[in-house]
This record gives sequence, C-alpha cells and structure tokens, in this order.
Amino acid sequence: MPVRCLSRTGLRARLIAALLLIALMPGAFADPGDFQQGAALIAENRFANLEDGVALVAASGDPKARQLLLALQGSDLYLRKSDRTLVIAAKGADGYDLTDPLTGESAGTAASKRELKRIRINNRLRSQLSAAIAGLDLSHQDPAVRLSGVNEMLANLDDDGLKLLRERIQVETDTEVREAMTTAIALGDLDSADPEVRLQSLDVLQGNLHPAVRGAIRRLIETDADPEVLKSAQRVQDSIEFKLELYSLAETLFFGLSLGSVLVLAAIGLAITFGVMGVINMAHGELIMLGAYTTYLVQQLMPGHIGLALLLAIPAAFMVSGAVGILIERGVIRFLYGRPLETLLATFGISLILQQLVRTLISPQNVPVANPDWMSGSWQINSVLSLTMNRMVIIAFCLIVFSALYLVMRKTALGLQVRAVSQNRAMARAMGVRSARVDALTFGLGSGIAGVAGVALSQLTNVGPNLGQTYIIDSFMVVVFGGVGNLWGTLVAGMSLGVVNKILEPWAGAVLAKILVLVFIILFIQKRPRGLFPQKGRAAEG
Amino acid sequence: MRSDIQTGRLQLDRGGQIFLILLAVTTLLVPILNLAVPTDSPLHVSTFTVTLLGKYLTYALLAVAVDLVWGYLGILSLGHGAFFALGGYAMGMYLMRQIGDRGVYGNPDLPDFMVFLNWHELPWFWHGFDQFWFSALMVVLVPGVLAFVFGWLTFRSRVTGVYLSIITQALTYALMLAFFRNEMGFGGNNGLTDFKDLLGFDLQSDATRIGLFIASALALAGGYLACRYLVNSKLGRVAVAIRDAESRTRFIGYRVEQVKLWIFAFSAVLAGIAGALYVPQVGIINPGEFSPLNSIEIVVWVAIGGRATLYGAVLGALLVNYGKTYLTGVMPDAWLFALGGLFVLVTLFLPQGIAGLLRRKGAAA
Repeated sequence: MPVRCLSRTGLRARLIAALLLIALMPGAFADPGDFQQGAALIAENRFANLEDGVALVAASGDPKARQLLLALQGSDLYLRKSDRTLVIAAKGADGYDLTDPLTGESAGTAASKRELKRIRINNRLRSQLSAAIAGLDLSHQDPAVRLSGVNEMLANLDDDGLKLLRERIQVETDTEVREAMTTAIALGDLDSADPEVRLQSLDVLQGNLHPAVRGAIRRLIETDADPEVLKSAQRVQDSIEFKLELYSLAETLFFGLSLGSVLVLAAIGLAITFGVMGVINMAHGELIMLGAYTTYLVQQLMPGHIGLALLLAIPAAFMVSGAVGILIERGVIRFLYGRPLETLLATFGISLILQQLVRTLISPQNVPVANPDWMSGSWQINSVLSLTMNRMVIIAFCLIVFSALYLVMRKTALGLQVRAVSQNRAMARAMGVRSARVDALTFGLGSGIAGVAGVALSQLTNVGPNLGQTYIIDSFMVVVFGGVGNLWGTLVAGMSLGVVNKILEPWAGAVLAKILVLVFIILFIQKRPRGLFPQKGRAAEG
Repeated sequence: MRSDIQTGRLQLDRGGQIFLILLAVTTLLVPILNLAVPTDSPLHVSTFTVTLLGKYLTYALLAVAVDLVWGYLGILSLGHGAFFALGGYAMGMYLMRQIGDRGVYGNPDLPDFMVFLNWHELPWFWHGFDQFWFSALMVVLVPGVLAFVFGWLTFRSRVTGVYLSIITQALTYALMLAFFRNEMGFGGNNGLTDFKDLLGFDLQSDATRIGLFIASALALAGGYLACRYLVNSKLGRVAVAIRDAESRTRFIGYRVEQVKLWIFAFSAVLAGIAGALYVPQVGIINPGEFSPLNSIEIVVWVAIGGRATLYGAVLGALLVNYGKTYLTGVMPDAWLFALGGLFVLVTLFLPQGIAGLLRRKGAAA
C-alpha cells in the first residue's frame, strides 16, 4: 500500500493541507478512497499506523469520518474478532449493538465484549484525534457543532489549530461562531512575539468571560515583560473581574428570587387565611404537605406521564387541600372566631393529626416525586451565568399563582365579599353577604393555594410527613413581615427575605443566614409591629 | 373571665391545697416505696418510675411557668421551651465539666465533642461551669436575661397577641437552628450527654435519683407557691387587668410594660430551673428541646389542665405526659392522633380545661 511508504512528516504536511482544504471548501477534493484506506489502517490496530489512518480519515471529507473518529476517541471502536472488521459498539438491550463505521449501518450485536477487541489509543493519538475532530467540527454544517469545535480548540490551542481557525474565519457566516473564533485567535496571538500584536489581541479580549481567557491573561500578567502590554492586560483583567462580579451578583439575585418564590408560595395561602381572615392556621404547612402528596399520588396513577401528571396535580392539589381546608373551617375554626389563641391550638392539633394520618396511610418515609424533563437542565446565558430550569419555573409559577390570587381577590364577587367580611363583618351581613359561606370559601381558597404550593415544593424538596413543619414558621414570618392583610406585602416580603438570605449565605453559611434573618424579623417587628405594609384605618385596630 | 378572680384569694385556692397535699404525700411515699419495700413486692416503685415521676414534675413546673404568663398575663408564649432548654444546657455544661478525664478521649479539660472537633481550648463561655454555684446562677440568669431582653424589646413596642406568639416561636426556632451548629460549642446535633455525677453523687445510683426526684418536687412546690403568691399579690391583680384590658390598665396609670416584663422574666427563670432539674434525670440535652413543637406541647398541657389556675397546669402536664408515655409504649402511631385530638377537643369543648370541669362539678355538688 503506497500510504504506508509515506514518511511521517510528509503525511503530517499532507494532513494539514487536506484539513485546510476541507476547511475552506467542504466536500471539495474529498477523496472517498482516503476514508476507506484510513479505516483499513486503523483496523490494523497498531500505534504506528493508527496515526496515519486517523490523518487519512480526517482528510477524506467523508461525512462518516467524524463518527469514526469520535468512536475512536471515546474508546467505542472495536475490531470484531470473528471477521476482523471495524465496529462501533454501544451498550444495547442485551450485550452490545454494533455499527459498521464504513457504511453507518447496523452490524448486528455482540453478546459480550469478549467477541470484540478494543482499538487502543495513546495520549499522543488522543491529542491528534481531538485536533482532527475539532477540524472536522469547524467545517460541519451545523453552527452548534462548529461552535463546540471552536470551544474545544480554545482549551488547548496550538499553531496548527490557530492556522486552521484563521482560514475558517474567512468563510464563517454564523456570528456566534465568528465571535468564538475571534476570541480563540486573539488568545493565540497573546503568545506572539510582537508586543503590538499582543496589545491588539488584548483589546479584542476586553470583557471576555471565557475561562480560557481568564487563565491566559493571568499567565500573561505573570510572564510578560512589556510594560505597555502589562498595563493593558491589567485593564482587561479588571474589566473581566468586574463583569464576573456583576454576573455573580445576578446569580445571587436569581437564587434569592427563587428561594423567595418558594417562601411566597408557601406563605401566600396563609396571607389569605391569616392575613385576610385573621385565622391562625397552624395546619397550613400540612395543607402544603397534602398538595405535595397529591402530586405523588397523581404521578403514581399515571406512570410514564410525569409532566402531564404534574400539571394535573395542580388542580387536584387545589381541590384536595381546599376541601380539607373547608372541612377544618366548618368543623373547628368557625366555633373559635374571635379567639385567635384557641384557634392556634386547635389548628395545631389538626396539623398533628394530618401528619400522623399521612404517616399511617402512606408511609413514614419520604416518597419519591419525579421531575419532568423540562424542569431539569439549565439556560446557559454565558460561560459564567447559567440559570437552572427548575428555579425559573418556580419563579414563574409563583408569579402566576400570585397574579391569579390577586385577580380573584380584586376582580371577583367572592373577593369583594371576602374583603367586605374581613373589614366589617356585621355591616357585610347587613348588606346581604352570607358571611359563613364566605368564611368557608375564603378558607378553602387559602388552603387550596397552599396545596398548589405543595405541588411546586414537591419538585424542590423531599416529600415527607414533616414537609409542612419546615415551612410553617417561615410562612408566618413572611406574612407578618409583609404586613397582615396585604397580598403585595407578602410578595415583597417573601422575595426580599429570599434575596437577603442568599446574600448572607456565602459568608455566614446557610443555617446562620437563616438565624440572622429570623433575628432580623424579630427586631423588625419591634419597630414596625404591623409589618412592611400595615393596614390602615379601622381594620388595623382589630 | 369572672371565675379567675374567684380562684384568687377569695376561694383560698382549694385545688392548689389539694395539689400541695398530694405532692407532699407522693414525695414522702415514693422514696419509701422505692428504698424500703422489697423489689418483688407489688407496692415497690422502681427507680425507673421514680425518674419518670421526677421528669414529669419538672414538666409540671414548666407548665406552671407557662400558665403564669398565659393564664394571668395573656401572653401565649410559644417559646418557653427555649428557656427550659437553656436552663438545661447550663446544667448540662456543669455535668459535662464534671466528667473530667473520664470521657472517651480522657481529656481532662475538654469535653469529648470538642476533642472530636479538634478544638484545643475551652471556649470562653464554658469557663466557670466547673463550679456548681456558677452553673446554678447561670441556670437562673441565662433564661432570665434572655427573657428580659426579649420582653424589653417586645413589650415596649407593644407587640401583643398572635404576633407575640409567633415571634416567641421564631425565637425558639432560631435558637434551635443555632444550637444545631457544631461551631456554637454546645455539642451540635448530639447535644450534651454521658453525664457521670452531680455534686459528687453518681447519677446512676438510686439514691441520687431519689434525691433529684425530691428536688424536683420541692422546686415544683416552691415554684407553685411563688406563683400563687405572685398572682394573689397586687402585681398579680394588675397582671389580670392587663390580660383582660391592656389599654385600660395603661390608661389608669399602671406601667404595663414593666409588669409584663418582670412576670415574663420570672416565668422564664422558673422554666430554666425546670430544665436544669430535667437534664440530670433524663441524662441528655440536645437542640431538639428547642423545637417549636415542644413549646406548643407545653401550652397544650396548660390548656388541657385549665388556664389561670396553676394547679390545672400541673394536672395537665402530668396527665398528658403520662398519656404520652403510655401510648407511645402501647401504640406509637396513636400518640400524635391522641395529642392532636386533645388539642381540638379541649379548645372546642373544654375551654376551661379539666380544672374548669372539676370546678363546675364542685359548684354543682
């Protein structure tokens, strides 16, 4: 075979030339024979020939080349012992599913790895492979693949890669990929001997957040002798640090808002029952817990439809918790109106009963609640800031629930009656409002919202009989802090407590942050006993 | 509440007299039945029971403290468990220092958990706790001063009713979180335990246990009499006035904040003493004692026994805790149902508690 006669350097030159060619004109000059030949070299499974084989495959321009090289890189490329052909093995239902890398078609299965022989690679080959794959990536049709190819190269940039990048950027059309390429080239230019070039590339890197950039600039500051370059590098580093701080602040804010959303969700039902009706419902946490357990049960009823079950659980939890709430109101609380401390005790008793009920009927252990796919993953804004999906969903959900509740309280007949009864029960009754019915419905509404909060919490924390207890004190704190009888107050209080908590956390630790927040609220109540947004007028005197 | 006034000096507190007599008889009888009666006799009281009774008596003292502020001052404290636990920790620290080099690590200066955490020096707040008099002082001072500061802040800004209840709950919750931290230097999650002796007496011996039982009984009697004296005094009358009409009392010219503050602090001291007696009998103190649930349970004892009677609080504490011990032994699942049910039924149907029921029976007869 003529290929084997080629000297190594000659082959390398040919490889680079070929790479550049494909890079410039995908598909052109591709020699389908090279792919076959390269694959054959790889199949010999000898280190000396592997390198040449990889080079040929990479230069072949064959669309299947990338898959073959990726398989080799991932140690998924094997020789089948029976016929000594190349196969790509992936773990299948029983044994391994094999694919023929030359045709891309299935090549049957292998019962165990014993039928296969892995093509081994060494470190030298590994770097050759990643460069070759990156090169192939750069000419891929999909901009996303090209982008990840550039990012791959950023990590360990060498002269060949830089050369390739310089060529590719001429024909690159996607702006994002172009930007990444510009960054990469500028990074490469930092090593240039000419201070002018270094200065120019520093200008390009101003405010760039890529981790490789940060490392390169730090190295530059440590090693560079040119004062002009040093000054500029320092400036670039400062600009990067400033941006980093800004983004970390944004991240803290985001974490804070998501924690705040949890607090608001847990407290908002209480803002109705305690804030508007004045009922101290210590069983509120257990109504949240019931909502979480409803989610679990709905998921158990429809296995395989996790997302749908979660959506269905929202109305279901509202109904369950709401019904239990109405039961509590009609059965116990209505006899205790005007005696807040007794209400506190009775509802606390109910909370114990509900907890034990769940323990006895379902399980004393935590139950597993599944998360749907669209709640996992994250939204990568840039290389330092990514927002996790479940937190975003929680924030959005919290705002939706809040708006819905606000609309109910402001725009519906029920809301009007609730406010009338809470402001002046006797007068409302004189106007024909059936206050007992309104009481029951209001309490049901607040409890139902607690159940909905439980659905949300089931996605974030462990669902167990003690779930409610964890949130009851927090919920009261939020409502009292925000000002009783004020939905906006609850929203603002919950969000700000969440943010404050997350700001304190890095230097105080999670537990101490929580303690500090509690102490803060205790002191705050001394100053403003009626909360952030106190009710005004006669209702406030009650 | 008219009936409370009658339970004051006018009726000479018949329930209290009965309670004191019963307490005296028990205190005399139990040691005799434990020490003098042979083990196989049906009348023999085991040391386990003696300790159990001693524990109940400390609970009863705690309940009396809560009844003083809730029944007579109208402050529903959901944080008295914190004062109880602080008193307990003060005593626990003394007992911890008494272990000396008999701990697992044999370090003469540092308690085991500090050695375990790789600490090399005793934290400053542990100094002095090797002296009994100092620890006893702290049992009184720490809860008292905390209650004083807390009350001074709270009463001055006129936080009342449910708000007050909720922030007392926040107080004990915050303390619980704090004591769970290892860095605090109070043994973290595990708390303080493995005590050996108290004032040189072996904590495992029968005699010490009987001594602790008698001490608890005496503390309960003393606490009861002090509270009775207090509520019968003029101060107590003002307290009841504050409970029933705070603004009016203020307008008449009484310094409502001062009255509340001193009674609240006194009640916290009683709770602290109860905690200090509780710890050597159960042999452990951990942050779980701070849990808000514990504090609410105390309130339930008082509610079930009957508010504003003092002896009702004792009755409630004894009955509920006996029920708890019994039920958790026989059918563990049923205890929370029973407790929860009690909460609901008593508030709905027995607003005066068992004491109220007894009084009605007495009045009818």
